[in-house]
Amino acid sequence: MAYNLKETMAERPSRLTSGHRMCAGCGAPVVARMILRAVKPEDHVVVAGATGCMQVSTCIYPYTAWTDSYIHTAFENAGASLSGIEAAYNAMKRRGALPEGKETKFIAFAGDGGTYDIGLQSLSGAMERGHDLLYVCYDNGAYMNTGVQRSSATPKFSDTTTSPAGTVIPGKLQSRKDLTEIISSHHVPYVCQTIAINNFKDLYEKSEKAIYTKGAKFMNVFAPCPRGWGYPTEDLMKINKLAVDTCYWPLYEVENGKYTVNYKPKNRLPIEEFLKPQARFKHMFEPGNEWMIEEFQREVDQRFQALLDLEETTNR
Amino acid sequence: MSIRERLSGNEATAVAMKQINPDVVAAFPITPSTEIPQYFSTFVSNGAVDTEFIAVESEHSSMSACIGAQAAGGRAMTATSANGLSLMWEMIYIASGNRLPIVMPLVNRAVSAPLNIHNDHSDAMGVRDSGWIMLFSENNQEAYDNLLMAHRIAEHPDVMLPLMVCQDGFITSHSIENMELVEDEKVKAFVGEYNPKHSLLDDKHPISMGPLDLQAYCFEHKRGQAEGMRNAKKVVEDIAIEFEKMTGRKYNFFEEYKMDDSEVAIVCMNSTAGTAKFVADKLRKEGIKAGVLKLRMFRPFPAEEIAKAVSHIKALAILDKADSMNGAGGALFTDVTSAMCTNGISVNAVNYVYGLGGRDTKVEDLEKVYRDLVEIAKTGETQDPYRYFGVR
Repeated sequence: MAYNLKETMAERPSRLTSGHRMCAGCGAPVVARMILRAVKPEDHVVVAGATGCMQVSTCIYPYTAWTDSYIHTAFENAGASLSGIEAAYNAMKRRGALPEGKETKFIAFAGDGGTYDIGLQSLSGAMERGHDLLYVCYDNGAYMNTGVQRSSATPKFSDTTTSPAGTVIPGKLQSRKDLTEIISSHHVPYVCQTIAINNFKDLYEKSEKAIYTKGAKFMNVFAPCPRGWGYPTEDLMKINKLAVDTCYWPLYEVENGKYTVNYKPKNRLPIEEFLKPQARFKHMFEPGNEWMIEEFQREVDQRFQALLDLEETTNR
Repeated sequence: MSIRERLSGNEATAVAMKQINPDVVAAFPITPSTEIPQYFSTFVSNGAVDTEFIAVESEHSSMSACIGAQAAGGRAMTATSANGLSLMWEMIYIASGNRLPIVMPLVNRAVSAPLNIHNDHSDAMGVRDSGWIMLFSENNQEAYDNLLMAHRIAEHPDVMLPLMVCQDGFITSHSIENMELVEDEKVKAFVGEYNPKHSLLDDKHPISMGPLDLQAYCFEHKRGQAEGMRNAKKVVEDIAIEFEKMTGRKYNFFEEYKMDDSEVAIVCMNSTAGTAKFVADKLRKEGIKAGVLKLRMFRPFPAEEIAKAVSHIKALAILDKADSMNGAGGALFTDVTSAMCTNGISVNAVNYVYGLGGRDTKVEDLEKVYRDLVEIAKTGETQDPYRYFGVR
């Protein structure tokens, strides 16, 4: 795909306008803006939002930050409601109720709570049925809208308001669910992992591919949250970079079953580098808790290696 | 010429849906409504409709998909029963709150627990304040006719509310009856096209739906919704008149069966009305002046009209096929007695909860009810107004 990233960034108007109420230093609005920039200017978009930070901050009656059509109905059903919209589009197009030569794209935005947890069934249904839509999860690893409760996307040992690091229990005891792999197992044409800031090229190109591939597509986008993670807002870029350089959040894509790991850091950083700047992992650095860091590192290594193995076996 | 047919209530419903030819049907199997999406998906597979059929993974998703499809600018339908309705309960309120005129057949069945697949009205009563228009059907013909009128009522600009057409699970859904169908072209002309003022697929006028709506505006939106429900009364009446012109079949808020000279009367909904009419006729031969008020339109509730219709009755039994578990009578009883009170009508009235979990409603049961009423009329004593019949 021939394009100039700088020009695209500068010249294409943002389909999510400024003035919304998302926090400074939040990754999520960057994700929405960037993904929507990959829509051809002549195409229309119907966005479905799950209840969550992005919904309550971008669409407060009588205002909206969305320049395309937007619908929110509930927390757990972005996959199902967008399925219905896409189906209506097909039916209405067939009976000539919609203008010829006009394309509409269907994109869902939901947080990890609305995707990994309460919305998993609805997402799975939409993927299995193969609706022509893109589902984007902006993964900030907890229920941030309700005040930082743990989700199944929350990394192990995180200090959250429902998995507090206490004197007996050191934060969340369970490992993070690997949702990208779950959706990959639905055998849809396109699945990927990317990040909000730091590698715009990766985010943009994956977005364009996802939007313009026919069928059900899924993007899992790492989207840091300064409130929930406890980092200074200006460190958003840094946190993103550390997530990929430590291989905590690998950038990869699965196209019709073939895996490509898009970024393999030459100098892979130890996981401490990612954990240290975030208050949610603070207790892991107390004396006697070294085992927690070791265990975390082991899991990151195992998961990254499994991914490299998948890349090898699916490209043989 | 209308078409004479023999169909079950479910098949009649599916045939009505075929004639309506909606843009999207999203459904999930649940007894006893499962046959509706089964018949309908056969129509889809054989090209008899232009509909997109979505075999969703739950009822929560069927209503979510209908909401999406209707918001997109299409006509969306589903069908369900009992626990299916319970699972979509969140979306039931979201459909009406967003003023989306989705139409749904509800084949009434007992809500768990205990698990029971047979008929009562506990599913419908659970959503009676959800902002849906609710029509009830005595038999297959009425289930079919109500569905043909449904979109005209729901989509009326003064209304814009979702609508459910209820019928009794198994009793009518699985019973084959003689009925008259309206010709396809006539249905098409009667139902007409759906052209909503706002829709997600209108790219020239993008809209945002389902915002966060806080203290400054939410109340006005709910007030507007309530007004839509009040407006529905007039629309239900007008559409019934139009329907009568097409078919000769007359509908109103309720049917008054021999009520004019009645001294004792039963108020009920759905298939029980058929048995009640039979019993009333039987007792009339004995000189008991018995009548039946069969409610068709439960929401909006025709309070003033009902109060007027029963004002001359000496003793009235209100039958609830769902127990409200509140120690103060079933939902229909509360609504009817409240309507009488508000309209200055005082009639001795008792409540019977009956038929739960598919317990048969027998001729003798209703005979006993009428005889109880005769006694109440004679003595003026209601004694315990919260009664049951057909239970050990």
